[in-house]
Amino acid sequence: MPQEYRLILKNADLPGYTPDIDCYLRHGGYETLRKCLALPVRELPDGKKQTAQEQIRDEVLKSGLRGRGGAGFSAGLKWSFVDRKSGKPIYLICNADESEPGTFKDRQIIHKDPHQLVEGMIIACFANDVHLAYIYIRGEMPEGARLLNKALRAAREQGFLGKNILGTGFDLEIHVHRGAGAYICGEETGLIESLEGKRPYPRIKPPYFPAVLGLYLCPTIVNNVETLAAVRHIMAMGAMEYSKLGTPNNTGTRIVSLSGHVKRPGYFEIEVGKVTLGELIFHENFGGGLRDGRRLKAVIPGGSSAKIFKAGEKFKLKRKGPDGQMATVEVDLLDLPYDFDSLQQAGSMSGSGAIIVMDDSTDIVGALANISEFYAHESCGQCTPCREGALWMSKALHRMAHGRARRADPDYLLSIAQNIQGRTICAFGEAASWPVLSFVRKFREEFDARGAADESKAATATGRTPAAK
Amino acid sequence: MSTPTPFLPPQTAPSAETIRVKVDGRDIDVPKMMPDWQGKLQPTTMLQACQLAGVEVPHYCYHSKLPVAGNCRMCLVEFGTPMMGPDRKPVLNEDGTPKIARSVLPYEPGTPRGAIACATPISPGMELYPSSAATRQMREAVLESLLINHPLDCPICDQAGECKLQEYSVQHGQATTRFVETKVHKPKVVDLGPRIVLDDERCVLCTRCIRFTRDLVGDDKLGIVNRGSYNTIAAFPGTRFENNYTLNTVDLCPVGALTSKDFRFQMRVWFLKETPSICATCATGCNVTVGSREEVIHRLTPRENDAVNGHWMCDHGRLNYRWVGRSDRLAEVQVRLSSGDLQRSSWTVALDRVAQHLRKATAGSVAIIASARLTTEELFLLRQIGVRVGAIMDSVPRRGEGDAYLVHADKNPNMNGARATGVVGAEPGSQLPRIIEGIRTGAIRTVLAFGEDLVKAGCPAESLGRLEMLVAGDILPNATTARAHVVLPGCAHLEKRGTFINAKGRVQRFRKAVEAPGDARPEWEYLLDLHRALGGPSGPDNIEGLFHWMAREVPVLAGLEWSRLGDTGVTVTI
Repeated sequence: MPQEYRLILKNADLPGYTPDIDCYLRHGGYETLRKCLALPVRELPDGKKQTAQEQIRDEVLKSGLRGRGGAGFSAGLKWSFVDRKSGKPIYLICNADESEPGTFKDRQIIHKDPHQLVEGMIIACFANDVHLAYIYIRGEMPEGARLLNKALRAAREQGFLGKNILGTGFDLEIHVHRGAGAYICGEETGLIESLEGKRPYPRIKPPYFPAVLGLYLCPTIVNNVETLAAVRHIMAMGAMEYSKLGTPNNTGTRIVSLSGHVKRPGYFEIEVGKVTLGELIFHENFGGGLRDGRRLKAVIPGGSSAKIFKAGEKFKLKRKGPDGQMATVEVDLLDLPYDFDSLQQAGSMSGSGAIIVMDDSTDIVGALANISEFYAHESCGQCTPCREGALWMSKALHRMAHGRARRADPDYLLSIAQNIQGRTICAFGEAASWPVLSFVRKFREEFDARGAADESKAATATGRTPAAK
Repeated sequence: MSTPTPFLPPQTAPSAETIRVKVDGRDIDVPKMMPDWQGKLQPTTMLQACQLAGVEVPHYCYHSKLPVAGNCRMCLVEFGTPMMGPDRKPVLNEDGTPKIARSVLPYEPGTPRGAIACATPISPGMELYPSSAATRQMREAVLESLLINHPLDCPICDQAGECKLQEYSVQHGQATTRFVETKVHKPKVVDLGPRIVLDDERCVLCTRCIRFTRDLVGDDKLGIVNRGSYNTIAAFPGTRFENNYTLNTVDLCPVGALTSKDFRFQMRVWFLKETPSICATCATGCNVTVGSREEVIHRLTPRENDAVNGHWMCDHGRLNYRWVGRSDRLAEVQVRLSSGDLQRSSWTVALDRVAQHLRKATAGSVAIIASARLTTEELFLLRQIGVRVGAIMDSVPRRGEGDAYLVHADKNPNMNGARATGVVGAEPGSQLPRIIEGIRTGAIRTVLAFGEDLVKAGCPAESLGRLEMLVAGDILPNATTARAHVVLPGCAHLEKRGTFINAKGRVQRFRKAVEAPGDARPEWEYLLDLHRALGGPSGPDNIEGLFHWMAREVPVLAGLEWSRLGDTGVTVTI
């Protein structure tokens, strides 16, 4: 029976569990940090010696942990790119700018169990020789910022932060920085610019890869809240045990934010790939199905920028068969395992882990108009295709949603979107264009019908025959 | 030399080591490293490689002397890199050539992907396709995006004719638009500062103006407000954009967003005749292009010269041209009658009168004041005349405020020309008290003043009345010309040819932009006549010949040739 596997949120919803440090300590808090700081130098079979820091980095790499922010990149590899020879300080930033529409997982950690994030951060900082770290929290989450500041203060009082942590000689300070309310601040280089006090314009890469030229042009690690919390658990249970959770190349747990037309919207922590999209929507342990009398129309599987799935879609996935050979299998939408690789092979992504369910009451043109308006509003406007294209698509969709659609509009929209994706400074270009590309391609008939209806209505009103198309 | 600044970075040579790449199918070896905007060697970019291959990559935000922004996306270029096998060796085609993997979108392998040429370094074996169908499609799309919200008000836009939106529209644009939505409206006629007006609707948000004033001038006054398509360039709230370099942003602006209050709505740029010249406002000698039509100057714009002013000039110098067209310009040769009245005369009569007087003058009774605003050739001729008649000579120093960028404290454009030709000694102006005293006591009875007002230079006006002969060669009337026995109307430097030697010893040639009014002649022309009349050798009668004569006589100019000065000059040691 598919069910939650609570690792990060193990304690969060326990009766009487509070976000203060005493409660955390009673539940074994900061024991993992003590263990990590005290790791003895290890001798490898080849005679090389491995410091405590190297051991932690190695563990995180071996755990297979993939970034929980959206891109799903290996956290251990990301750490390995850090320029450790530049002579400059290395910074670590926790990206708590959770802004992707449909996503509400990081705030569960921050609001209910912030100390495991702090502990994960201290371990990550220790492993990467970081002595100054920041939590960049979304401006719309003042309560989260208050709780984090309180948690940092408590950790400092207990000697987990500050100078000479737990007598090991390791120094670390963590500051909370509140954003001012812009989606683009979740893009890591936009975040870095914002943290530097500038307009959050994402940086061009090359040359500004954060691992080399990040905050204040120093090597910088930017990790998501959930990723850093997972580091604490990887070090608590060991990479071997952690990587047994989930499925190969999609290890561990992740918190899924389920919203839309389901009976039980909410957050669910699952082993990655052990639960299918269908189970998440319909099983009583998760979404509990659609509202009575409704049928599934579409699912956005990874936050509003992920490409939409249409009910009934089938996908060809590459799977390792029982004989160990790769084989192509056909998988129904509802049977897609909720993991990084399957969703990518199905042409979308698990993104931030936000599943938005739409039933047959949904006006697909209106839904896309809503999403596009968000991206038009949040485009930072730095580079041309996204700045002009995002608003262009939004205006066209607004027009379509308000009775002035044209037969030409579906192709018009596709063409605008194609001129954005892959041509912008940051991935916002994709975020703005993918919903349009996927909605129009998969629900083409609805867009076409809208155009035909509005044109003939207009023709009747003006007494003109619509031009043949 | 002053220390290099971001404003005027050092001139760095590209690396000797080269990389072979292909541009549009042609092999080319390009330097591995090339100077960036600060003159630091950085890996050569795709854009630089294409430039070296003679292929233009269109762009708005990129400028060789500004930090790279990469925001306009106009320079997106499709490219390919050699494929590597699992053994990390290049994969070869059947004919032995390396197999190239064309860049594609990672999530859509059938779709070509471009890279911004301005910021993407080249690598060995890379192939660049700046003319491919995919590259052209990307450009057309960017251009379309830039135009959908643009007001398309070219007929009334000052930039029309030198606008990158127009130029690239010709090359990469569409004749029609498919945009059927409502355009974004933004502020118009924004009074950004004392010299700049901004039209935000025309702006393409390339941020050149912001980067220039922030990173080069150090005046972080401009920024962007709002977001997305509503992004708007603005000055920091409550402040004015008013440093002495603001007008450079008008030149940098690739479109008609930033306009000069001085120039806007004055003249269509395609009517302007462009003449290379030099700014004469201080001793820096910024290279300029003079824009004129029908003998009226309409604007000065900086002309690139990395040894002098880079791409820039100060606002004060740029706007210092209106006096050339003043209505009270000296336009008549005048000779004072015995009645005491000045009467219009001719060059022959006037110069003959001066020569006759000088031939009779005793050594030591003649003084020549030669302005350091005259050309080197004219100063040389005055020196020749001075030696011939045994005159005391000097020039008038002009000191003022300098800055760390381009403005020099020496406000004369050619004091080094006066030094080189021997018109002044080590200390310009040191002879002036002696000359003024000589005029007062009557020891000096003849004064030739060229380009300087003696009264302003400290000589009491009543002393001038005692002179037997006061010759004033000048451009505008002043207290000296009013008292002169002979008035010789001269030319502004924009009305003649010649050279200035700037504060760093740069010998810079300038050309004639406009005609002088009335009788006015270039000083060097009539000084040659005067020199001959005083028994000098017949000599040359054109500027080239005069320059070569001077180069033979003046040690620091030895070996220089007029034609080799080019339009950016040659540096000598003063």
